[in-house]
Amino acid sequence: MTTTISGGVAVYLEGVRRVFDNQRAVIAGMDLRIEAGEFLAVLGPSGCGKSTLLRMIARLSAPNAGQIRLEPDAERFQTAFVFQDAHLLPWRNVLANAALPLELMGEAKARRDEKARAALEQVGLLDALERYPAELSGGMRMRVSLARALVTEPRLLLLDEPFAALDEITRFHLDVQLRDLWQRRGMTVIFVTHSVSEAAFLANRAVVLGRRGGDIKLDRRLELPAVRSNDLRGDPRLGQEMKILLGAIEE
Amino acid sequence: MRKTLLPPLIPLVFFTLTAELLVREGFVRAYLVPAPSAVVRAMIDSRVELVQALLSTSAGALAGFVMSALLGIASAVILSSSRGVQRAFYPYAIFFQTVPLIAVAPLLVIWFGFGIRTVIASAFVASVFPVIANTLSGILSTDPSLRDLFKLYGASPLVTLFKLRLPAALPQVFTGLRVSAGLAVIGAIVGEFIAGGGLGSVVEIARTQQRIDKVSAAVLLASLLGLGLFGLINLLSYLMLRRWHASEQAE
Repeated sequence: MTTTISGGVAVYLEGVRRVFDNQRAVIAGMDLRIEAGEFLAVLGPSGCGKSTLLRMIARLSAPNAGQIRLEPDAERFQTAFVFQDAHLLPWRNVLANAALPLELMGEAKARRDEKARAALEQVGLLDALERYPAELSGGMRMRVSLARALVTEPRLLLLDEPFAALDEITRFHLDVQLRDLWQRRGMTVIFVTHSVSEAAFLANRAVVLGRRGGDIKLDRRLELPAVRSNDLRGDPRLGQEMKILLGAIEE
Repeated sequence: MRKTLLPPLIPLVFFTLTAELLVREGFVRAYLVPAPSAVVRAMIDSRVELVQALLSTSAGALAGFVMSALLGIASAVILSSSRGVQRAFYPYAIFFQTVPLIAVAPLLVIWFGFGIRTVIASAFVASVFPVIANTLSGILSTDPSLRDLFKLYGASPLVTLFKLRLPAALPQVFTGLRVSAGLAVIGAIVGEFIAGGGLGSVVEIARTQQRIDKVSAAVLLASLLGLGLFGLINLLSYLMLRRWHASEQAE
């Protein structure tokens, strides 16, 4: 397995500020450079602006000041978003859910079904195409959500605590799968999480945000092997990285 | 099937037998409460008249109900388009809920004349509000993350309405339709009291003749009509929601 870092986009945040209606600055002037093909974990306490940051990068909300640039920014729909819960359309089967983004983008049915099958194959769900979300386990639903994000072959994948609601075994399994997908596709990944162990296991770089205004308390390149399997979880190097991240959070 | 039919049949048999016994033994005067056997006899004796009246009431109630369903859903869609539209028009929608139908029915006769048109209008006025209120509530409570997803892939408001907001609102639409079904029959009967025809007229004429058995027979048929309409909506709801909504899934 080799790491490719050619398929991603770089994300540049310059003086980004986001104020909510109650005039509280959730993010008060953030500067951050995320290089193309990077796997960045964003950590921080609740309410520190992690999800707000992700929504602004996805252009689902706009900053009040500053700018967010994607480079290259030529293509539409190069960003995909995975939410905290799977958020599937319950009235659609697995295949139709995975194909939804392509349908909204106006792709022909035969082509989108083909691409959706390929995305579902990557997350190991080819045998569940006709099943409905209500008939799936939490882990399977999240894998459909992941396939739905991957179906457009995004260059930037944003994940907002996607595995938080899952049991630990399923989460371990999905962590490995996500890391593997990132390595094969070479996209840029920004992964928001509360879990220090998940951040250290998945990412190449971690950013810890402070409680107030989204200030960056730690920006660290993780010194861990490129290929990560569950064996790494007992590795002292992972423990050391976790300790550093935890220290920054608790500071 | 046995599990579904048996529980409501037990009280029916019990109360029918008790009523029959109480009337036959003289505990209750027959001119106040007819014996169930007398009601059945009235049904058989006046079967042609009652069947014709039932068909006429069914046509009025069904037409009013269909109008309520179509216009109610359309109104909810329009009301959901913006807060401003909602603030401007929703109070007028509530008019349908608060209007004393029996007082408005003579007005309907002036506008639509004697006969089926007034009956349909009366059924419509009685039954449209639950459809508007429930559909609107369903549309407005669409999952914000799914709305974000549609936005991310450039879906137009119309596409979002038809592919997300309306399907997501279906369970609440059906709740509105269930309530509306019974009200449509009530509205039709009230309309018939004033505009003539159908079971409403049968009740009115039988009352002046002090034929309480026939009044009860007509009331029973009107109730069965409401029940039938309710059952039809339940069937439709089951067919459309059984794969994905908890309300229609077997335990």
